[in-house]
Amino acid sequence: MSTVVQNRKACTVNPLKMSQPIGGALAFMGIADCMPMLHGSQGCTAFGLVLFQRHFNEGIPMQTTAMSEVATVMGGLDNIGIAILSIQQRTKPAIIGICSTGVTETKGDDVEGYLKNFRASHPELDQLALVYVSTPDFKDAFQDGWAKAVESMVKGLAEPSSARREGSVNFLVGSHLTAADIEELREISEAFGLEATILPDISGSMDGHIPDDFTPNTLGGTPVEAIRRMGEAELTIALGEQMRPAAEALMTKTGQPYVLFDRITGIEATDQLLDCLSQLSGQPVPGKYRRQRSQLIDAMLDGHFFFGGKKIAIGAEPDLLWNIGSWFNDMGAIIAAAVTTTHSPLLEQMPCAEVLIGDLEDLEARAGGCDLLITHSHGRQAAARLGIAFLRMGLPIFDQLGAAHRLSLGYRGARDLTFEIGNLLMAQEAENRPDSWPLPLEDHDAHAPFALG
Amino acid sequence: MLQNKIQDVFNEPGCGKNQSKSDKERKKGCTKALQPGGAAGGCAFDGAKIALQPITDVAHLVHGPIACEGNSWDNRGSKSSGSQLYRTSFTTDINELDVVYGGEKHLFKSIKEVIDKYDPPAVFVYQTCVPAMIGDDIEAVCKAASQKFATPIIPVNSPGFVGAKNLGNKLAGEALLDYVIGTEEPEYSTPYDINIIGEYNLSGELWQVKPLLDHLGIRVTCCISGDARYHDVAQSHRARANMMVCSKSMINIARKMEERYQIPFFEGSFYGISDTTESLREITRLLIQQGAPEELRERTEALIAREEARAWQRIAEYTHRLRGKRVLLFTGGVKSWSVVSALQEGGMEVVGTSVKKSTKEDKEKIKELMGQDAHMIDDLTPREMYKMFQEARADVLLSGGRSQFAALKNKMPWVDINQERHHAYNGYEGMVNLVKQIDLALYNPMWTLLRKAAPWDIREARA
Repeated sequence: MSTVVQNRKACTVNPLKMSQPIGGALAFMGIADCMPMLHGSQGCTAFGLVLFQRHFNEGIPMQTTAMSEVATVMGGLDNIGIAILSIQQRTKPAIIGICSTGVTETKGDDVEGYLKNFRASHPELDQLALVYVSTPDFKDAFQDGWAKAVESMVKGLAEPSSARREGSVNFLVGSHLTAADIEELREISEAFGLEATILPDISGSMDGHIPDDFTPNTLGGTPVEAIRRMGEAELTIALGEQMRPAAEALMTKTGQPYVLFDRITGIEATDQLLDCLSQLSGQPVPGKYRRQRSQLIDAMLDGHFFFGGKKIAIGAEPDLLWNIGSWFNDMGAIIAAAVTTTHSPLLEQMPCAEVLIGDLEDLEARAGGCDLLITHSHGRQAAARLGIAFLRMGLPIFDQLGAAHRLSLGYRGARDLTFEIGNLLMAQEAENRPDSWPLPLEDHDAHAPFALG
Repeated sequence: MLQNKIQDVFNEPGCGKNQSKSDKERKKGCTKALQPGGAAGGCAFDGAKIALQPITDVAHLVHGPIACEGNSWDNRGSKSSGSQLYRTSFTTDINELDVVYGGEKHLFKSIKEVIDKYDPPAVFVYQTCVPAMIGDDIEAVCKAASQKFATPIIPVNSPGFVGAKNLGNKLAGEALLDYVIGTEEPEYSTPYDINIIGEYNLSGELWQVKPLLDHLGIRVTCCISGDARYHDVAQSHRARANMMVCSKSMINIARKMEERYQIPFFEGSFYGISDTTESLREITRLLIQQGAPEELRERTEALIAREEARAWQRIAEYTHRLRGKRVLLFTGGVKSWSVVSALQEGGMEVVGTSVKKSTKEDKEKIKELMGQDAHMIDDLTPREMYKMFQEARADVLLSGGRSQFAALKNKMPWVDINQERHHAYNGYEGMVNLVKQIDLALYNPMWTLLRKAAPWDIREARA
């Protein structure tokens, strides 16, 4: 149980937080043949584009309504229409995902109303899916933008259906899952003979692969058609608390039940997921995963010596913080500092004394004396100043390779994470020295050393 | 106010491209109208930040919602030889209440916190779209804060929606001219003092040139803005000559310093061997014209002869491997003709070069170098570029990060020559390094493995 505190500073120093619209844009990047677009100044898109490009080492499909000063003040709704027509003409996507920004929300553009009229006057674009999500920069954080975009997609695209396809399951995944996590999730569900629709699926688009031909839109991801048919699945499994509103929306729209798992890492979390899939499919848990479970247990046995009592400082968005923080707690480590970006019902349940909604300056101030610092690449300066071990987690990771392929889901994910972090902590262990155990200074009864008269 | 400023920087008499326009064209400014659904570049705020962030010891405070700073900080390779404060990120991260009630007080408090905690010689405050829309007067806040805290607080009024990156570069220059340059006097000055304007010390490439100048006894009193200190910028008006690099991004600084402080300037580049030589000669010529002893010329020529020979000798080791290799050069701001000549010096053939930001003279120079049928590309869509490499019409791509995948995804080599690069390409050293990097990229044995089809694909093709 922890106290949730909001920092009271006027000036944010070394932000941990990133903005909502690009969180929404990344969610749209998990849809096949999609062009995400920010309704804002062209810089809003450019910053997000550079950020994702450096994180994924991939070309990033992302457009802008390129709001000028005049358009911003007079209202920029026409820019949306012009942009849609221009994108449709040049890149012909199946779907355009539109996120608003601070610029257009300050003016208060009624985008939804505009899109309705636009639809009516452009029947030739009926095949093009348009999903809009309101994501002002001056509210909430990246994770919220992702969650709202997924909710908007469910509301806008999923169709009510009374038919249930046997062996079909939906996954709604939070922004804390990497491409590798999603790939693992798909493999696991296939091992139970289930057919999974994963929304959004950045493992299809952002996993770094060589496409056969050039496309300016996303290279893969959840097909729009699959989203429309999500109502036909037997069950929806939401991963991450941030996915609850989307799961609720899907249930309201299609009458479909859902379960939510707030963790993806660790033995218990994986047990629950596999047990759920086993019951759903009526298949026993495959031998491969029983073997992997046993490997994870062994990894925990080998590794726990290096986790016990270690002090960990974490800066991450709520769902990632919850997932990784709870796992450290399982391993006997102590969450000595926890900083996050936005509100979540999970924060109060964190196994630490306090969770601060703040920035990396706050985390740095609290991380002194810790054994390990965990946050995204922007923590590198703090880690260097503090001289402690540093593990990059979250987004962006722009100074290391393979961010999309870091796995923490499932038994394998937890096993490898145990080794990776165990090794980091092992390397930190100080060797004992002759002066490692000094006596207290005020020990007046001590003899003077060999005092000669 | 801001509109007047923008008209003023658009009407830049020092800019060749600008002077060749009609009055009407000039009023429209030097950036094309942005096309909704088809624009790709950074905004004016981005441009202003790029231009000033390399000033290392000041606090750069961004007044706006989290997007403007949170999504972009510490992402450029500008290096510092001292203070690291420029890599600490400061933003007001305004919220809904600020949008409703105004963010001026929030900004003022933020400035106070920054000064209390970090005690910088100055704070630069960047305006962004949202506070500009709600009418936050950052000039007024900065003025009040400067007085209250007895520290220069510099407003940089370049919100994103006023235009593209290039305009932001210039508005940043205006902020320096209005609030910083000439506000302090140096302890002493020498006849060998110069400023370098428009050099950002990416990957530390200023340090590939500085030893040459040090050797000649030429003092870079200030580089605007790579590895700069606030006080150096404030005192830069006492230099004897200015060199302006990086095309036209900060021409307003060079020209207005000439107007106000009679500092002559020339436009030069340290990209390429002949350009480096030319620039050293120009620096020397201007310094002598301004009163430095004649003997500087002789020493400069001796250094040029020695360093050119040393560079050529090292490049010659690669020429036989690089001869005839076809390069597609796709640069943003870097003057493409100067790199073209350097690549040709290395034996390579430039099959195309972008001229998006080049002036008429630049284009003439490219024609001179590459012949009348020079393949000059105004704008190449990603799809066209991808096709070029798919059809192997070039052997290697030299470009910025955004277009890298046109080559890489076709299993063709790419060399990064833009802001985020890891290698330094300035001066004689830099050109040797560029040739080395191209050689490394081209001759990596990996390419052969990647281009081979999988065994089953070969078998299936045969069947």
